Amino acid sequence: MGALTEDMKNRIRAFLPKYPRKQAVTLPALHLVHDELRTVSNEAIVEIAEILELHPSEVQDTMTFYEFYKGEGQKNGKTRLWVCRGLACMLRGAYELIEHCESKLGVKCGHTTEDGTITLEFAECIGACDGAPACMREDVHVMNVTPEKADALITELKLK
Amino acid sequence: MPYEPVLLARIDKPNSSKLEGYRADGGYATFERVLKELQPAQVIAQVKDSGLRGRGGAGFPTGLKWTFLPQNHPGPIYLCVNADESEPCTYNNRILMEKDPHQVIEGIMLSCYAIKSKCAYFYIRYEYGDGFRSMQSAVEELYAAKLLGKNILGSGFDLDIVVHRGAGAYICGEETGLIESLEGKRAWPRIKPPFPAVEGAFRKPTIVNNVETMACVTQIMKLGNAWFKSLGVPPDPKNPRDAGSYGPKLYTLAGHVEKPICVELPMGVTIRELVEKHGGGVWKGRKAKAVNPGGLSMGFVDVNAKLKDSDLTEYDIPLDFNGPGRVACLGLGTAAVTVIDDQTSMVDVLHNVCQFFSHESCGQCTPCREGTGWMLKIVDRLRRGQGRKEDLDILVDVADRIGIMPGTTICGLSDGAGWPVKTAIRKFRAEFEAAIKSGAKSQYAKSLEVVGAH
Ligand SMILES: Cc1cc2nc3c(=O)[nH]c(=O)nc-3n(C[C@H](O)[C@H](O)[C@H](O)COP(=O)(O)O)c2cc1C
Ligand code: SF4
Ligand code: FES
Repeated sequence: MGALTEDMKNRIRAFLPKYPRKQAVTLPALHLVHDELRTVSNEAIVEIAEILELHPSEVQDTMTFYEFYKGEGQKNGKTRLWVCRGLACMLRGAYELIEHCESKLGVKCGHTTEDGTITLEFAECIGACDGAPACMREDVHVMNVTPEKADALITELKLK
Repeated sequence: MPYEPVLLARIDKPNSSKLEGYRADGGYATFERVLKELQPAQVIAQVKDSGLRGRGGAGFPTGLKWTFLPQNHPGPIYLCVNADESEPCTYNNRILMEKDPHQVIEGIMLSCYAIKSKCAYFYIRYEYGDGFRSMQSAVEELYAAKLLGKNILGSGFDLDIVVHRGAGAYICGEETGLIESLEGKRAWPRIKPPFPAVEGAFRKPTIVNNVETMACVTQIMKLGNAWFKSLGVPPDPKNPRDAGSYGPKLYTLAGHVEKPICVELPMGVTIRELVEKHGGGVWKGRKAKAVNPGGLSMGFVDVNAKLKDSDLTEYDIPLDFNGPGRVACLGLGTAAVTVIDDQTSMVDVLHNVCQFFSHESCGQCTPCREGTGWMLKIVDRLRRGQGRKEDLDILVDVADRIGIMPGTTICGLSDGAGWPVKTAIRKFRAEFEAAIKSGAKSQYAKSLEVVGAH
């Protein structure tokens, strides 16, 4: 029993013909695994490296550059909720919003609620400044987030 | 007469992102015509003569960049489209990708034909999930319609477009950081030369261009150079090195404006006009104090600072490639305009800026890694009310020394980290001094945790 299912491995292999070098599939593979398993364990790294004909440390080296990925011993909750702290959002209440979400969820940014439903994160500008303060639910922008709107979103995500 | 948008002409149409709708508006007719009637070199010549300069921040002439590719290269040659758009307060590329992906893709197809590339990588930041899905489904529609793939329309021209997602790091927008990231490595910018046109992605000749640049290529090949040059600002006759600021530009408004929106206007609109006329003015009936004219890296404009020998202020500078430089900002950047009202503390603003660059420095060069880190620590001290008299000079000194312009680092991230610091302190020194003197604590002094670096 490995970390990746045969189906996941096949989907990673399907990326290979798009690039002249196998190593280029590192980010696509990491995304695929991370989205599905909510983490990329050491075992998963070894299996990705095998498909890409790399040394596991090469995959590890790349992965750890991008703080985005959760590695061995860390795991994202069911939904990742990002609050933007960029300047445009700060000017429209982002810091207050981050504090609001932290106290509502009872966790600091970078952590997951006890029930495993939500991982709260701060983000640098997510390019949704026309809807500042903005959040991101997984990879989808949520704009003009008031504390009330954040509460409603959190309630929805908790029930998911 | 109000300006009629071209790049944004289709964004409010229902289903603006679908091939059928794009076709109905004449989409891909330009590509088909160019494929039949023009040689690649003619396309390069036209784009060069149009005066188009890259929209990604540096303003490098697009056609000229294309001519840097080696002659008669056996290939492969790659096009990397820079859709990383992570310069804080910038969002124009997002709107193009989400709402009119085919306009961008037609530009990619025309550019690839021109530079003889059979493969384009579209590197899009992870945070643009909707943009990614919109681009991806547009590409799939084109494969299904046989407008991508082998022997397109029987012309013998082959083209693949691969949409590739980033993983949340600003440095992937720097063109060689992008290439390293695409190759599956840490996004550490490369030392140049060699420039990507000579040795880029997978060590092959590569052109990196911005998303909006691609949309401009589409419209230049469709509407012609006379149209493009009828908009914007011609070269300054007193400056033989100025290539002019032609064409339309997508300006984004953010921060303390009534209506934060993306507007398309001919290059050269003033900040004042943009804010007052298009952004509905400063919010809550307040006055502006400072403006960031083109993404954080460009620095700040003091809206009350008088220009020499004139009644105008820095608020009145035109947003063309030369305007911001005249008031000691780095340049036009991404033309993303962020307004800061008169009730906001510049200490807080600067802390936010330093927090960003310190977080995003890739860490390769000591002056950038350490400089951004120490600037953040010092500004953090200022906002805690523990600033020292010498802090301001130290900050300016660090800001002046880090970057490719002073010659101490590999890439321009550190120049971008320095300009907001030096412009804020030089232009708002009295406010910083008062903050040090009074020892007042910022309302945000509780500081968010600074986590990691990438
Ligand atoms: C730190 C840094 C970040 C950058 N981020 C972007 C970006 O997100 N998008 C972009 O198009 N260009 C970005 N650039 C500029 C690119 O390096 C490059 O000049 C540009 O993509 C070229 O395209 P253009 O000629 O069409 O403007 C960045 C540069 C630096 C130094
Ligand atoms: S200047 Fe900064 S971001 Fe650029 S390569 Fe050096 S350390 Fe990395
Ligand atoms: S600053 Fe928050 S989306 Fe840009």
